[in-house]
Amino acid sequence: MRRRPLATALLSLAVSLAAAWSLLPAVWQALTAVKPEAQITSSPAVWIPSPPTAEHVRALLERKPFARYLVNSAAVSLAATLLALAVAAPAAASLCRMPPRARNRWLLGLLLVSLFPPILLLFPLYEGVRLLGLMNSPLALVLPYAAFGVPLAVWVLEAGFRELPREVEEAATLDGLGPLGRLLRVQLPLAAPSLVAAGLLTFIASWNEFLLALSFTTRDASRTVTAGIASVSGASLYEVPWGQLSAAIVLSTIPVVLIVFLFERRISGGLTGGAVKG
Amino acid sequence: MTGSLARRARHERVLLLLPVVLLLALVVGVPALRVVLLGFTRTELADGVVSSWAGLATHARTFADGRFLSALRNTAVFTSLSVSLEVTLGMALALLLDRSFRGRGALRAVVLVPWALPTSVMALAWAWIFHDTFGMANDLLSRLGLIEAPVAWLARPATAMAALVVADAWKTTPFVALILLAGLQAVPSEVLEAARVDGAGSWQRFRRITLPLLVPSLVVATLFRSIQAWGAFDIVYVMTGGGPGGSTETLSLYAFQSWFRYLDFGYGAAIAVQGMLVALLLAAVVVKLASRRETA
Repeated sequence: MRRRPLATALLSLAVSLAAAWSLLPAVWQALTAVKPEAQITSSPAVWIPSPPTAEHVRALLERKPFARYLVNSAAVSLAATLLALAVAAPAAASLCRMPPRARNRWLLGLLLVSLFPPILLLFPLYEGVRLLGLMNSPLALVLPYAAFGVPLAVWVLEAGFRELPREVEEAATLDGLGPLGRLLRVQLPLAAPSLVAAGLLTFIASWNEFLLALSFTTRDASRTVTAGIASVSGASLYEVPWGQLSAAIVLSTIPVVLIVFLFERRISGGLTGGAVKG
Repeated sequence: MTGSLARRARHERVLLLLPVVLLLALVVGVPALRVVLLGFTRTELADGVVSSWAGLATHARTFADGRFLSALRNTAVFTSLSVSLEVTLGMALALLLDRSFRGRGALRAVVLVPWALPTSVMALAWAWIFHDTFGMANDLLSRLGLIEAPVAWLARPATAMAALVVADAWKTTPFVALILLAGLQAVPSEVLEAARVDGAGSWQRFRRITLPLLVPSLVVATLFRSIQAWGAFDIVYVMTGGGPGGSTETLSLYAFQSWFRYLDFGYGAAIAVQGMLVALLLAAVVVKLASRRETA
């Protein structure tokens, strides 16, 4: 099919606009992170750093235990993801064998839970964390993050399990596998793409969580990266170290950007599979 | 024999659901009950935490509280503006991604990036973009000749709200676009083709065929986004802190401040619960409107 030149030009323009809108804010940040201080505070703005510098990254790592924040975020998010999957997978296996009406009622209930605004739960959770002596403990974040991730994880896994041919499951039952055996040896391996999608969605959401991280960590060594960055600001609003902040922003977003570029299909599939079938 | 097998299968199904139920009860159910109860008390910090049953008195305080009313208004303005912008941009993006062109796969990944980045972190990035003297927004706008003098975006109520809306739209448009794209791809191409043969122009095909079929996706996207925007915290807390002068303070922020700054625990709960009730009402209205449209 031949396209008219005008239509082709318009399409290219639209594609460029979409890409610029999506990436420009992040690119601007990345440029600021490696700009010499004098070029950061220059008006009109200098876009391309010359020469690029690592001074902000160095200053940031000297002033703040930033590597520690990253490790904390990774550990908390990974633990929350594993817990969410461990809890969601059996539930999904159970739901995919239920009569449709009961199943839809469960899925709708989970959807409603996932729409609960976290702010509503913040103070009671804070009380619970204090009561159990979990302030600054990773557990104070892992449990809620896993719970927040569970509804979508169940949705994604259940959709994946339901696509498996029923005979596979029946054959496994005849071979004497119980529900857990079926889940671990048959359903999860066969629905691995759904498992990956559910895991990625939970990991990204946990990595990005801010409200609880801000409220349940008071020691620098316990902070995750989102809460840590909030503490990077300078002595006053007018002394914000923008170079260091940009360096922090770039360092904390690299992992999720990588995940998006590697797993875009899975993530989109998981997100829309969850939302559109409902 | 079959009866006992069936019973065993049912027991299994219940057991497999138990971990989810326990985790959600612990993290969502109990705290939700607690916050509702807390809203009916007067609970403050004075010589230790003092709590007494207050009936509706704590809830009634909001009616005479100008700051609550202003937070309610700010939340409504923020939600309606950002969701309208997101749905508009998301629709444009979805229509673009629904076409076939070289590099579509790459563009799909690129437009998903904002969705995946941490909101609190990117809120800081947006504060830097909207910086009055060194920010990217003023630089681009003045190069394009759209503004003559730099705008102090975050220092004035209207522009601070606009900056928040743009930042929120940037972050969440990909989600809307994905939902709408899935809807678009479910539109049967034969119908569109038949309409084209019958001489319907592209706008007519969109207006008469695509858009009506897209209503369920639009409802889902609008509903999800409205509820999330209504509870927005990260972006406001980091970008404006509710300022200038409380002009962008949302209900979430006010509840947070009541709890952790004013240590007025019961009132914070009342604010959060009332905010949630309004959000529920909002959701019911959206669903109602949508179902009326579908039957009409």
